[in-house]
Amino acid sequence: MNARQKGDITMRAYRFRPSPALMILLMLVPAVCLGISIPDTITLNDKGTLYEPFPFNHAKHVRDAKECSDCHHHTTGTLVEDPNCVRCHRNSGEAKTVTCRGCHSRSPFSVASLKELSSNEKIYHRDKPGLKGAMHQACIGCHSKQAAGPVGCEDCHTRKKAGHALYNSGEFTPKTRTATGHGH
Amino acid sequence: MKRRDFLKACLVSGATASLGMTGKAWGSGSFEGYPDGMGVLVDTTRCIGCRSCEAACNKEQKLPEPASSFDDKSVFKETRRTDENALTVVNRYEPQEQGKGPVYRKQQCNHCNEPACLTSCFVNAYTKTKEGAVIYNSKICVGCRNCMIACPFNMPAYSYSSAFNPVVKKCIFCYDTRLKVGRPPACVEICPQEALTFGHRKDLIKVAHERIRETPDRYHDHVYGEKECGGTGWLYLSSLSPEQIALDTSLSNDPIISNVKDFLGTVPMVLTIWPALFSGIHLLATRNKDHGHEHANHGQEDSKP
Ligand code: SF4
Ligand code: SF4
Repeated sequence: MNARQKGDITMRAYRFRPSPALMILLMLVPAVCLGISIPDTITLNDKGTLYEPFPFNHAKHVRDAKECSDCHHHTTGTLVEDPNCVRCHRNSGEAKTVTCRGCHSRSPFSVASLKELSSNEKIYHRDKPGLKGAMHQACIGCHSKQAAGPVGCEDCHTRKKAGHALYNSGEFTPKTRTATGHGH
Repeated sequence: MKRRDFLKACLVSGATASLGMTGKAWGSGSFEGYPDGMGVLVDTTRCIGCRSCEAACNKEQKLPEPASSFDDKSVFKETRRTDENALTVVNRYEPQEQGKGPVYRKQQCNHCNEPACLTSCFVNAYTKTKEGAVIYNSKICVGCRNCMIACPFNMPAYSYSSAFNPVVKKCIFCYDTRLKVGRPPACVEICPQEALTFGHRKDLIKVAHERIRETPDRYHDHVYGEKECGGTGWLYLSSLSPEQIALDTSLSNDPIISNVKDFLGTVPMVLTIWPALFSGIHLLATRNKDHGHEHANHGQEDSKP
């Protein structure tokens, strides 16, 4: 109960955004809590075949986000607020791994992944998105909600030649017909 | 008149006597799909209308070059249908309520537990595989278009690229290249938003209801395809009611098979008449195509090679 109250108070402090000094202090809290270095940039899509890898500005998001847990669930920062997560994670401490790929699989629909799901009834988070889904949902979800930040594919990624071939874009844009999609 | 009612009427009026059992064993219409059948949960609340799924399908199924790039968002101005060149399309629907953004819905063959196309096909070109896919053998297909009429979702289309071998075309759940070996379909794999979740159909139904339960504000409380037409392999979740995203709610929960099996006793007769009839129509269609005109009254010129 204590922990829960403490969590609530911290949350409230964030929401009201009091004085600039306090804000700066609060922004430092997660970093202090973690006691490990937080990356400023993270290279995403490093194994992409359709799009080039690109740098994700983590430092900027640390500055802009209200909470680490906005992206990292309950794994770092303040305690969990989401009523669905609170049911179990009310008192959960910080997780050992906070990276997206630490939990979200690169191949959520592989034979192995699906087999694990069907053979182990005890898995609770059965509907956990894969890495690609989790990241796009988090990024695009927040960017659309805040009406800030990129939401289009190529706003973040630069397409490789293979990507252009797949989407019939760039040098692979259909030439013979008009671009209105009406054909003939 | 619904198309399948039309079909039914045609068949019934053509039948003067009840003919014996057909080769197919009709159960009570309660087949729930294969226990390990796979499916896809289409969560339209996640879809951003990027059309990546269309692009992936185009390449995986070796379909013709599209009229414009898959980046072209102007296609959303019209409601599109699947056809022989696009086995899946994403459409945009504007919600009636103010302040809600558009909803995008991918559509393709829904891979029914008890497919009406299969039921209606008198040459048995269709198969429902144990993995859950509804596939067809184009070598057997005679191009009669029965399945097109029977399908409650209007999915099968025809390809006339080869004049003498018109073949049915529809999503095959990437059966040959992927599903058969346990891989997710191309459209599912590429979807950036994981708007498409691939898994065992029975698990997906649980997942769908769980999503509604956990975030009731996000969803209209209905899993489309769980019951419709006896259940479909592809299921839909949405913030809007099914009608608002053009999902037909007039369909009964009974599989189409229950409606058609009564009169499918007439199939043997149909078998004797229709192939001749349709090869005639087919010849006409191909000849008309050459002329670039449609003349519906050339039936008397019908001739078989
Ligand atoms: S399952 Fe395969 S064939 Fe069907 S829509 Fe997806 S990519 Fe196309
Ligand atoms: S790829 Fe996914 S997000 Fe993009 S249009 Fe298709 S279903 Fe929607």
